[in-house]
Amino acid sequence: MQEILPYLINGVSVGGQYALIAIGYTLVYGILRLINFAHGDVFMVAGLVMVYTTTALPMYAALPLVLIATVALGFVIERVAYKPLRTAPRMSLMISAIGVSYLIQNLAFYITGGVPQPVTVPIPWISENVLLFGQSTKRVTLVTPVLTLLLVVGLVYLINHTRMGMAMRAAAKDFETAQLMGVKINAVISVTFVIGSFLAAVGALLYFTNYPSVGITSGAMPGLKAFVAAVFGGIGSIPGAVVGAFIIGLCEELIKGLGYTTFSDAFTFALLIVVLCVRPTGLFGEKVTDKV
Amino acid sequence: MTKRNKTLFTAVVLAAALAASLLVDCFLPSYHIAVQVIQKATVYALVAVSMNLLNGFTGLFSLGQAGFMLLGAYAYGVLTIPVDKRASVYQYFDGGAIHFSVPEIFSGVLGETVGTTVGMLAALLVGGLLAALMAYLIGLPVLRLKSDYLAIATLGFAEILRAFFQWNALGPITNGSNLLKSYPAFSHVTPYVVLAGVMIAFIVLLINSTYGRAFKAIRDDEVAAEAMGINLARHKRMAFVISSFFAGIGGGMMAMYMGTIAAAPFKSSLTYEILLIVVIGGIGSITGSVLASFLYIFSSEWLLRGLDAGTFLGINAPGIFKNGFRMAVFSVIIMVIVLFFRRGLMGDKELPDLPDMLRNGIRKLRAPGRGKEAGK
Amino acid sequence: MKKFSALMLTLALTAGLLAGCGGSGEEAAPESGESGAKVVKIGVYEPQTGDNGPGGKQEILGMQYANSVQPTVEIAGETYEVQLEIVDNRTTPENGPSAAAELVNRGVSVVLGSYGSGVSVAGGQVFEEAGVPAIGVTCTNPQVTSDYDCYFRICFTDPFQGPALASYAYDGLGVTTAYTLAMLGSDYDQGLVHYFTEAFEALGGTVISEDFPEGSANFVSYINNAKSAGAGVIFAPVSTNYAQLIIEAASAQGFEGSLLGSDTWDNNKVAESAVGKDVSVEVTTFYQEGGDPEFDAGIKEWINANPDAKTNNGGNDMVAAVTVMGYDAYFTALEALKAAGSTDPQAVMEALPSVTYEGVSGHIEFDDIGDAKRDQAYIKTANTETGAWDFVKVQGVE
Repeated sequence: MQEILPYLINGVSVGGQYALIAIGYTLVYGILRLINFAHGDVFMVAGLVMVYTTTALPMYAALPLVLIATVALGFVIERVAYKPLRTAPRMSLMISAIGVSYLIQNLAFYITGGVPQPVTVPIPWISENVLLFGQSTKRVTLVTPVLTLLLVVGLVYLINHTRMGMAMRAAAKDFETAQLMGVKINAVISVTFVIGSFLAAVGALLYFTNYPSVGITSGAMPGLKAFVAAVFGGIGSIPGAVVGAFIIGLCEELIKGLGYTTFSDAFTFALLIVVLCVRPTGLFGEKVTDKV
Repeated sequence: MTKRNKTLFTAVVLAAALAASLLVDCFLPSYHIAVQVIQKATVYALVAVSMNLLNGFTGLFSLGQAGFMLLGAYAYGVLTIPVDKRASVYQYFDGGAIHFSVPEIFSGVLGETVGTTVGMLAALLVGGLLAALMAYLIGLPVLRLKSDYLAIATLGFAEILRAFFQWNALGPITNGSNLLKSYPAFSHVTPYVVLAGVMIAFIVLLINSTYGRAFKAIRDDEVAAEAMGINLARHKRMAFVISSFFAGIGGGMMAMYMGTIAAAPFKSSLTYEILLIVVIGGIGSITGSVLASFLYIFSSEWLLRGLDAGTFLGINAPGIFKNGFRMAVFSVIIMVIVLFFRRGLMGDKELPDLPDMLRNGIRKLRAPGRGKEAGK
Repeated sequence: MKKFSALMLTLALTAGLLAGCGGSGEEAAPESGESGAKVVKIGVYEPQTGDNGPGGKQEILGMQYANSVQPTVEIAGETYEVQLEIVDNRTTPENGPSAAAELVNRGVSVVLGSYGSGVSVAGGQVFEEAGVPAIGVTCTNPQVTSDYDCYFRICFTDPFQGPALASYAYDGLGVTTAYTLAMLGSDYDQGLVHYFTEAFEALGGTVISEDFPEGSANFVSYINNAKSAGAGVIFAPVSTNYAQLIIEAASAQGFEGSLLGSDTWDNNKVAESAVGKDVSVEVTTFYQEGGDPEFDAGIKEWINANPDAKTNNGGNDMVAAVTVMGYDAYFTALEALKAAGSTDPQAVMEALPSVTYEGVSGHIEFDDIGDAKRDQAYIKTANTETGAWDFVKVQGVE
C-alpha cells in the first residue's frame, strides 16, 4: 500500500484538475453536440491572465479578474464563432472550433513572444508541502479534489433545482422542441459557456499553481484528456465527466508507476478508442439519447 | 465556356505549372527559399487533397492525417537510408535492425541514377501502402462512429502512433526519439510537382468515377445513399484507406523535404493546419486545396515573414511586427473565412471553372456584393 | 480569348519567378553599410520561440554584445562592418530548413548556431548544399558535425559530457544507482542519456531510464519512481521548462538525492526555481561566472543598459554560459573571416579548420571532424538561498 500511495494521491489530484475542464466539454456537448476544441485553450488563457494579473495586482484583485476575464472569453467565443453557425452543418461548427483554438494559440504566441511565462504563485499557502499518510505532497493536491467536488455539487444543484437548470436540461434533451416551448436558447447556451469557462478558470488557478510556467500549448494536453474523460464518463453527464476524469487521472499515474512512462499519454487515447467502440455512451451515458 | 475550351484551359495551366517548375530548377539553386517553399507547398497540396477526399467528398470527418503521414515518412526513411550510413544514423542502436536500402538494391540492377529514383519511388509507395493497411485496420472499429466521435478517435489514434514510433524498444527500426537522416531526396522542384500532380490526378479520376459519385452520395445523405444500394461500410472504408494511402505518400515526400525525420512534427496541430487549408480552399474542391496550400505556405514561410521581422511593406514597426504577428494575422483571416466565406476560395468549383469564376467575380466587383474572396 | 488569357497567366508566372531569381542574385553582392563601409553578414540561426526560445535568446545576447564590442572586421586589408542576420528556427527540426534557406538567401558568409542539436542537424543539410559554413555554439550532439563538412562546433560534445556527468555522480557524489529522465522525441535528451548510461554502467553503477511525453507537466510520479528505485541521483538533461517542473516535483516529494542536469539547465530561471527548496541541483556547463571578471563586468553593464537584453536574459544580469559561448562564437567567426581574407562562404569554410581563438570560455581549436578540442566541463550547483549558480569543480573524464 505504502508503495502505490503516492501514485494514488497524485492521480486523484490530476483527476480533479481534469474534472474541472471536463465539465465544460460535457455541458457544451450536451446542448450543442459540439466538441469545443477551444476549451483547452480557454484554460490556457486563464493561466496566462493569472500570470499577468498576479504580477501587476494584489492577490484579492487578481484572482477575481482571472475568473471574469476567462468567463468573458468563453462568452465571446460562443457569440462570435458558434452562434452564427447555429443552422450550419456540424462539421462547420467543429471547424470553427478548431479555428478558434488555432487563433487563441497564435494570439497567445504573439503576446507572450512564444516563450513560456513564469508563474508567481498567487497563494503561497496552497503550494506549501504537507505530509499525508507519511507522504510529502503539496497542499494543492489535497485542495483540488475537495474544491472540485464542492463545485460539482453546486453545479448539479443548479441544474436540477433552478429554472435555468431546467432550461439547460430541456435544451440538452431536445434542442428544437425546447426552443418551441419558449426556452431562450441563446441565453441557455451562453450560460453553458459561462459555467464551463468559470470552471476552467478555477481549474487553471489550481493547475498552474502547481507548475512554474504557462506556455501556449499548456492547455492542449489537459484539454484533450479532459475531453476523453467526458467521453469515458458518458458525454452530457456531469457526474460521468467527474468520475471519468478521476479514473483517467488515476490510471495515468499508475501506468507511470508501473514503468510504462512512454505510453502514459497514449494509454488515454487507447482507452478512448476502446470506449467509443465498445460502449459509445460511456459509463453513465444511458440517459442521453444521441440525435442524428 | 465550352467544354472543349475548359479542357484546353486546364491543359494550358498544368503545362504552365510544369514549365514554371522546370524554370525554377534551371535558374535557382536548390537551397533557394523559393525552392524550399514550392517543395513544401506541393507536399501540403497532396495531403490537403487527400484530406479533402475524405472530409469534403465523403463527409467523413477524420483528423488522423498526421498519423498516416508519420507512417509514410518513417517507411520512406527506414527503407532508403544507405547501408553505410546506418551505423551513424542508428548510433544508439548498433546500426539498427535493417541492413538493406531499397534505392541501393535497385541501383544494383538498373544503374545508379535510374535505380536510386526507382528505389525512392518504391519506398514512397511502401509508405503509402503501410498507411493504407493501417487505415484498413483502424477503420474496422472506428468507421462505425458518427462524425465528431470519428474525429476524436482518429485524432487519438494519431497520438498513439506517435508514442509508438518514439518508443525505445522499437529503436532498431524507428531510431526511437532520434532523427532519421542521410536518406536520398529530390533536391529539385520538378520531381515534387510531377509526383504530387500525378497523385492528385489519380484522386481526381477517382472522384469522377462511379466510386466518387457514391462518396458524394454518402456525404449528401447517408440514408438515401444506402437506400440507393450503396454499401456504406465498404465505400467509407475505401475512401478512408485511399485517403490514408495518399497521406502516407505525402508523409514520405514531407520526409524528403525536411531532410530529417522525427515523430514530433506529426502532431495534431499538423492535421489542424491541413484541415484549415482545405477550408480556405473550399471543402469539396481539389483545385481549392491545391491553391490554398500554395497560398498558405508561400505566405507563411516566405512572403509574410516581414510581419514577424519588424518591417513589412516598407512600414517599420518592430513593436507590432514582432514574432508571431504573422500567424496571428493568419488565424484571423482563417476565422473570417470559416465564419463569413464558408465556401472558401473555390467552393466546390474546379480548375476548368476558374475562368468563368473570374469573369463573374469581375462582374460582381463592379456591382457590389459577393465575390470579395476572389480578390484576396 | 481564353487561350490568350491563359498564355498571359503563364507569362506572368514565369516573369514573376524570373524576377524572384534575379532579385536573389543581387542580394548576394556585397552591400554598403550606412557609414559607407562594406558589410559582411553573419547569420544567427537560433530559436527565439518554442521550448528552447529562452536559451536561444541568451545565446543571441552573447553575439549581440560581441557585435557591440567589435562591430567591424578587417578582411584582406579592408574594414567591413559586421551585420548580424537573426532568423528564428522555432526550436523544431521541421522549421529548420526554411529558416536556414532564409539565411542563405540573405547572403551570409558564415552562420552561428543553433542552441539545440536537432534543429542544427536539420538546417545543416541546407548549409551543406549552399556551401555556407556553420559554427555550432552549444549543440552538443555528435551528429551535428559528423555528418556535415560545413558544420564546426566550439563547445564540448555529449560523448564527453555524458561520461563527465557519470563520473561526477559515481566518484564525486558516491552514487551507485542513477535514474534518468528524458523527453520522448528529443534526440538531445536521449543522446545524452545514452552516453551517461554507458559510462555510468561501465563504472559499475545501475541505471533506470524513463521517458516522458512532450507537454508533460506533472512529474510527481517520475520522482516517486526514482525514489522507489533507490536512486541517489536523477539525471534529466531536459529543456529549462521541464527542469523547473522536475525541481518543483522533487522538492514536493522530498527527494533526497541530487538532481543532475546538463548544459541546458545552466539558466537563471532554473537556479531561481530552486530557491527556498530542499533540493540539490548540479549541472555541467561551459563557463562559470567569475571566470573572466573583466568580461563579466562589461556584459553586465551592457545588459543593464539595454532593457530588451535584460528581458531576454530572464530579467536579471546573471551571465549564462550559453551567452559566453555566443560571444566566443562571434569572435571565432571573425577570426575565420580574417583568415579567409574574403567574405565568400567557401573561403571561410576552408579557413575554419585551422582557426584558433583564445575565448572567454577557454581555448578554441578544431579537430578533424570540426569539433572543438575540449576536455573539461564546469560543475555548478544552484544556491537555494540566493538563486545563483555556485562553482563546484572542474570535471574531466577519468
